[in-house]
Amino acid sequence: MNLNFIFSQTDKRPMYQQIMEQITQRVSIGDWPANTPLPSIRHLATEISVSLITVKRAYLELERDGVIVTQQGKGSWVNASLDLEELQREELKNHVEQAGKLAKALAIPEDELVNMIKKYT
Amino acid sequence: MSTPMAVECQGISKIYPHFQLQNIDLSFEQGTVMGLVGPNGAGKSTILRLVMGLLGPDSGSIKVLGNSMPASQVSAKRNIGFISDDMRLYESETIAFHMDFIKSIFHSWDDEYAATLLQRFNLNKQQKVKGLSHGQRVKTTLLLALARRPNLLVFDEPTTGLDPVVRKEVLNEMMSSLEDETRSILFSSHNTLDIEQISDYITFIYGGRIIESRNKEDFLDSWRRLRLINSNSCQLPNLPNIRSIQKSGQLCAVTVTNYEDTTPEKFTNAGFTVDTVERLTLEEIFLSNVHYAERTAKKETIS
Repeated sequence: MNLNFIFSQTDKRPMYQQIMEQITQRVSIGDWPANTPLPSIRHLATEISVSLITVKRAYLELERDGVIVTQQGKGSWVNASLDLEELQREELKNHVEQAGKLAKALAIPEDELVNMIKKYT
Repeated sequence: MSTPMAVECQGISKIYPHFQLQNIDLSFEQGTVMGLVGPNGAGKSTILRLVMGLLGPDSGSIKVLGNSMPASQVSAKRNIGFISDDMRLYESETIAFHMDFIKSIFHSWDDEYAATLLQRFNLNKQQKVKGLSHGQRVKTTLLLALARRPNLLVFDEPTTGLDPVVRKEVLNEMMSSLEDETRSILFSSHNTLDIEQISDYITFIYGGRIIESRNKEDFLDSWRRLRLINSNSCQLPNLPNIRSIQKSGQLCAVTVTNYEDTTPEKFTNAGFTVDTVERLTLEEIFLSNVHYAERTAKKETIS
């Protein structure tokens, strides 16, 4: 399994959210299909040089979101009953949220942002 | 069954004529990383030396991997790798000489791992110490410590003075050693990025005291900056968890600790508009903590 997670230093979100995004993305594009076992928390942490507690938090939140299933002592897998479409919508929502924040920071008015998005639909 | 503790310090003090370390409680379980943060002279190195048994505390108790320090330091040190800036290598000897030397003392030495580390760190073991750069020296001492496969790695300022490439190599190798869940790391740094990246627990030290010590996620989660707009010239609520206030016209940025979901309400109830709520980096928390501690210390001296 390729664990080449790429984090951006200019990404202001907390690290656990960036890990969640990297995993969710792999699931939603199909690189990690249903029932794919996830690396153990310790293995992923040492592999990407991020503290265990941060990876643990990412896994907990991913479980809460229904992306993965965790069983004490057995590890975690990609949730088989996961609604992929819902996940992809969620992913899109994240992108739009980022776009919205960026537009606000750049003082781009709402209708201009909407027009920008319209260009691609 | 609870996980055995890597380090357990209870109520330790160490009194020097010009510096006092007071009432230090510091504990973390095996398999985790504890990072000590604090300005220069806060007492980080003194704590590490007490943990290593290089100093005895004036009061309190220290247990490292279950051994009482400094009494059982001989048996404890078999399982601890200590790395600090003032550790000297023999200038006229090669890296290989040092490797053989450490190997002759510690039976746990792992030849294969040592060879792997040499390669990963891009070190030539036939090279003499006097020709090594600062980064190569740090990597050599790290290699000498790691190849013993110690259960606890105590590292004083691991990344100070390292370029970004070497810094990453050192952090990566520190983290890889944790693949074995019985291994633990205690390290100090004023590079808050390093602490933020690899620590499970953070202990913040200022003026010989612990200001905060908790798991990193809770630590980072508990701090927020609220950007407020004060269009009605209202008074800020007097909250005990406010750590700093910066005003400019109608704009006001308030830094708080112990943040809760109800915190923004307290400002809107006081007549403020909450524009944004931001998380803080460890560096910002560090600065906020230091400034607050300095102000509180000054107030105490005045009263």
